[in-house]
Amino acid sequence: MPDQLLYGIEAAVNGLMAGVLYALVALGFVLIFKSSGIFNYAQGVFALFSALTLVGIMEGQVPFAHLINSIFGTEVHHFGWHVPAVLAIAFTVLVMVGLAILVERYILRHLVNQPDIILFMATIGLAYFMEGFGDLMWGSDIKTLDIGIPQGGSFWIEENTAWLGGEGFYGFFIDRLDIVAACVAAVLVVGLTLFSQYTKQGRALRAVADDHQAALSVGISLRFIWVLVWSIAGVVALVAGIMWGSKSGVQFSLSLIALKALPVLMLGGFTSIPGAIVGGLIIGMGEKLFEFAIGAPFLGGATENWFAYVLALLFLVFRPQGLFGEKIIERV
Amino acid sequence: MFYREAGEFRTSYAEDSQTFPIRFDRWRYYAVLLVAFAVIPFIINDYWVNAVFLPFLIYAIAAIGLNILTGYCGQVSLGTGGFMAVGAYACYKLMTAFPDVNIFFHVLGGGIVTAAVGVLFGLPSLRIKGFYLAVATLAAQFFLVWLFNRVPWFYNNSASGQISAPERTLAGVPITGPNTEAWATYLFCLVFVTLTAVLARNLTRGSVGRKWMAIRDMDIAAEIIGVNPLRAKLSAFAVSSFFIGISGALFFAVYLGAVEVGEAFGINKSFLVLFMVIIGGLGSIFGSFAGAAFLVLLPVLLKNILVGQLGWATDLAAHLEFVIVGLMILIFLIAEPHGLAQLWRLTKEKLRLWPFPH
Repeated sequence: MPDQLLYGIEAAVNGLMAGVLYALVALGFVLIFKSSGIFNYAQGVFALFSALTLVGIMEGQVPFAHLINSIFGTEVHHFGWHVPAVLAIAFTVLVMVGLAILVERYILRHLVNQPDIILFMATIGLAYFMEGFGDLMWGSDIKTLDIGIPQGGSFWIEENTAWLGGEGFYGFFIDRLDIVAACVAAVLVVGLTLFSQYTKQGRALRAVADDHQAALSVGISLRFIWVLVWSIAGVVALVAGIMWGSKSGVQFSLSLIALKALPVLMLGGFTSIPGAIVGGLIIGMGEKLFEFAIGAPFLGGATENWFAYVLALLFLVFRPQGLFGEKIIERV
Repeated sequence: MFYREAGEFRTSYAEDSQTFPIRFDRWRYYAVLLVAFAVIPFIINDYWVNAVFLPFLIYAIAAIGLNILTGYCGQVSLGTGGFMAVGAYACYKLMTAFPDVNIFFHVLGGGIVTAAVGVLFGLPSLRIKGFYLAVATLAAQFFLVWLFNRVPWFYNNSASGQISAPERTLAGVPITGPNTEAWATYLFCLVFVTLTAVLARNLTRGSVGRKWMAIRDMDIAAEIIGVNPLRAKLSAFAVSSFFIGISGALFFAVYLGAVEVGEAFGINKSFLVLFMVIIGGLGSIFGSFAGAAFLVLLPVLLKNILVGQLGWATDLAAHLEFVIVGLMILIFLIAEPHGLAQLWRLTKEKLRLWPFPH
């Protein structure tokens, strides 16, 4: 096989892997949008916040250390213990559930029946708040997150694919972290599907997604469902935060992956879980291939910044509800 | 007692449909103009102009622009930063290509070019609605910033990739460049603010504005009663982008002087202007001013208190600012979804009846 083609395949495979990570973030969006009609812009910041909290708990950081030191003139930074990863993850899940309860109690409850766009803006406000709050709580320096996920290129794949090319080809480079992420995403999707199909809460959740009022009238508590859904979204954000945090460090830019998840959603449709996955894969592969084939040689590179949006834009012009979205029917 | 319409008799249609029908409002408006044009230029210094007045005036133009699109026509846009960049770069290209032309026209030219770009990116709005459109405008944001970063023609092949404004004068007084006076830049921006605000106010009062609002309230129904959605939406995009382009041009040429596109016109700028519009009040010109003033003054105030008075680290103050801005937005949306403008309206209602509310 010609080397150029092999490099193209490598770019495509890596794009697919990146797409899985986009899909992980998009999944959180879809869950909340389906059940409460809220477009939760804060999902990316949730991922950042959960990753920050995880690192903070693992390292035994004192919350608000910076603030406390500034006000009282003390010098506290660490409790001096290290929490094992599994325990820290459990704690972080609790924090995310607590966050979901607070969000429902203090924001959603007051904004019932407001237009969608107001709710969207409220989540932008929430995103800003969480961003500042997370930094205040745990500090804004870049942290490394290591919970024992293997990293770096997989030698096994490299060795076993090297024969495909000629002299200069050393096999496909695929990050092991990406493979783990793909497996985790698959487990997550299967788990969520099973949950929503076979448990009582899952059925209630689907009922709410279908029709709020009908669900209310058969005795489903909307508030409980909202807390549940925001908690699940928080856990999904935690998973995304762990994956992205292990890959590139826990830092501010983590919250920007939310912006990357938006075109994924547009492509897949806001209401479809398979759509989020397929959209993520298309966007991930599309942007890597475009960069490889057209962006880097002809346009000066860094086309990944906008390719996803333009692709989604062009796509939407022809199919406004996305690939798997429900058909938009409007009445006067 | 003094703020009421009783006793004011209007005898012509022109009088009846003027912008400020109540005499007190009218005088207040003239007084504000007088203070802004004839008093402030004499008493301001560099610190006040650079920290407060220029950002306030320039963001006010951008907020009016976005308010026309989002507040009046209902099309949520997250591409404001990108459109501001178009205005800035168009102004820069015009300034360097035609050095002898009046700077006033360069800024206007920046606005006109941005209007054209805005119409181009507004085309999908005919098919895409709501959230989908908001996300689609992100395409404009990221694509435009990338374009200005990557194509050397836009920054005249300068080595740093930045653009910096050469010195241009208006009637012999330098407006851009390093040797400007505080009052000159202030007045220059103030003229643009006044012109755009009057233009926006009158557009939104007239038939164009009513078409926009019909589209906002329900576009299918608007179409049925005879509003052409193509024309209404694209004209909203054009007018809005024109204003945002002017503000971008002023932001670059008069306020910053030198600009790196990703830093000055990134996605955060889009959100900042959107917040101004939300906090100020969707669908209100006064609200655009109030929102811009609020979000320009808040960081200055916080910084002065936290860093200046309490001696905290600047990064800590910056985080606290995020928390406070986020909280403010949430509180506003919960308590008063129509923003500062609605508070103002309520105050006026109360004043009309004061001191005998029953």
